[in-house]
Amino acid sequence: MSSRDVVLARVRRALADVPRDEGPEDVPVPRDYLRAHGSRTAEERVALLAENLAEYRALVHHTAADGLTALVTRLLDEHGARSVLVPSGLDPTWLPSSGPTRVDDRAASTTSRLDTVDSVVTGCAVAIAETGTIVLDGSPDQGRRRISLIPDHHICVVRVPDQVVDSVPQALERLDPTRPLTWVSGPSATSDIELDRVEGVHGPRKLEVVLLSE
Amino acid sequence: MSGTYLGMPAFPAAAASSTQDTRLRANLRYATHTIRDKRARAVAELDDWARLRAAGAAVKDRTLRHLDHYLEQLEEAVTAAGGQVHWAADAAEANAIVARLVRETGEREVVKVKSMATQETGLNRALAEAGISAYETDLAELIVQLGDDLPSHILVPAIHRNRGEIRDIFRERMGRWGRPAPEGLSDAPNELAEAARLHLREKFLNAKVGISGANFMVAETGTLVVVESEGNGRMCLTLPETLISVVGIEKVVPTWQDLEIFLQLLPRSSTAERMNPYTSMWTGTADGDGPRTFHLVLLDNGRTDTLADTVGRQALRCIRCSACLNVCPVYERAGGHAYGSAYPGPIGAILTPQLRGTASELDASLPYASSLCGACYEVCPVAIDIPEVLVHLRERVVQGGKVTRRGVKTVLKPAKGHAAERAAMRAAGFAFGHPGVLRAGQRLAGRTRRLHPRRLPGPGRAWSDTRDLPPVPAESFRDWWRRTRGEERGK
Repeated sequence: MSSRDVVLARVRRALADVPRDEGPEDVPVPRDYLRAHGSRTAEERVALLAENLAEYRALVHHTAADGLTALVTRLLDEHGARSVLVPSGLDPTWLPSSGPTRVDDRAASTTSRLDTVDSVVTGCAVAIAETGTIVLDGSPDQGRRRISLIPDHHICVVRVPDQVVDSVPQALERLDPTRPLTWVSGPSATSDIELDRVEGVHGPRKLEVVLLSE
Repeated sequence: MSGTYLGMPAFPAAAASSTQDTRLRANLRYATHTIRDKRARAVAELDDWARLRAAGAAVKDRTLRHLDHYLEQLEEAVTAAGGQVHWAADAAEANAIVARLVRETGEREVVKVKSMATQETGLNRALAEAGISAYETDLAELIVQLGDDLPSHILVPAIHRNRGEIRDIFRERMGRWGRPAPEGLSDAPNELAEAARLHLREKFLNAKVGISGANFMVAETGTLVVVESEGNGRMCLTLPETLISVVGIEKVVPTWQDLEIFLQLLPRSSTAERMNPYTSMWTGTADGDGPRTFHLVLLDNGRTDTLADTVGRQALRCIRCSACLNVCPVYERAGGHAYGSAYPGPIGAILTPQLRGTASELDASLPYASSLCGACYEVCPVAIDIPEVLVHLRERVVQGGKVTRRGVKTVLKPAKGHAAERAAMRAAGFAFGHPGVLRAGQRLAGRTRRLHPRRLPGPGRAWSDTRDLPPVPAESFRDWWRRTRGEERGK
């Protein structure tokens, strides 16, 4: 008997008390919890996102489309970035035409190569106001999971208000589980040393979120 | 490398020594109170917390009652998404599967995400015996591993260490495992974290094999979820070519939608945050993004035995948030090591004796490692009635009874150490059923009260070690009643 059969047989014997005609759906799951905590206008939702991102020490910026390139240029400059990682589907106009060297997100790039890049600019799939979370799903404007992980400086552009939802339940509704998903709430942090919060252990130590009004 | 739980003394003995450690108690008190207060604030933000908690418990109950169905569905979904599923009946089998899978890659080093399941199976030691070095990458697990120590908390395994101790461990030990600590390292948390970053980055960028656990597995989609803070998880889950995840069979949830409950319950209960900094979700393998090979090892190791106990089954709802540790007066004073297993605190007191059985003295003592104050039940995000299970397991230890071990139904004998307790209970039962005997006994006790010892001899000594014996009154209530009211009635 394979271990698979052993374990499944043990499970079935252990559940001798469960009536044979009971199906999984017969066990009730009350879903009377809230789909969102409060009702907000689009502006209030974006404001809450900004507030919660900032509380977890992400740096939040606001801009309209015509100011985006200048803002991204300034942020890269302030970080002293000499090179910037660029996902294949990122709108090329978001980045300065001159300035830091562009490094394309390619499968063939080694991790050591990516470790030498200073910054990364991505879009996002959805942002959650109540928790201050941005979610990346590997779409062409966000690239592979590792590009938002290895460089020390991540600039993430969120299109507001379209990409902002109130809550975790609303975010899951919008996401595709077959894609690799990365949820980011503030920069990398640890509280392992006497529960003092320290930003940046392995992921980017600086997370800048640009709220782009459409 | 890492210490062992084998041969640990029973909880009372271990706790008797750890409670004398004033530094440990100070560290623990500070840490548990800090998280406890933060958690209360984070939970108070959601006015539907009670409903989320009920939904979380109900989803887990549905899963457990139909676990075979969901495991088969999960296996099918993971396989369809390009993953390979392995089944392990016990710890040794899980470790052997992982060692074989690592060996097949030709690698001798692996990076690990913090995982309770592999702590439970003692994977690092098994890999070391197979000639494979496993590097823990969670900062706290790194502190524990470098210090040749054992974790003492589910969420913050090095909670028993303070910054000075951590600096000393880094200075002395980092160099043996790779990049040494920077010269002149101070005990400032940011400097210590930076030292860990530099030390581990070397490992991440070269690792070909990653090993993880998972917080949740979605049966419907085959998606695995890892919740973390530092980014070491993301490193281990996405940079290596091969990813091996060892996950307890109880970690499955039925649907994608169910994550909306647990992703609200878990962060607020554990780190007291609205959301943890990083959550990774993956479904099998993805083209050009992340590991090319994904193995899922489904671990039983006593879980089906726990499932067979209709009272104790609820322990399998646990989502390893550790909220129960932080509110427990016993954990706060005794520390995590006294529990002698990967799972300390109230949840450990009910989970460990079910996963391992109560054959050893340590495991039989764990259901008593509690004051039954009920705080653990109050904070549990999936409403595990820990006091109920503790009492149930105490009864099992004392009375024996039917249990399932390694899938086989067996009858457990009463524990030896409790013979005196059972004899006393039988004697009390007899006396209460025979009023004349009770009266005679009470009078005898009253007349000899000056001769009573302050502490009990024999098996009662442990009890009276920490308590004063109640004084016996000169006259029993029954005699007093007869003397006063009895005469009145007679008039």
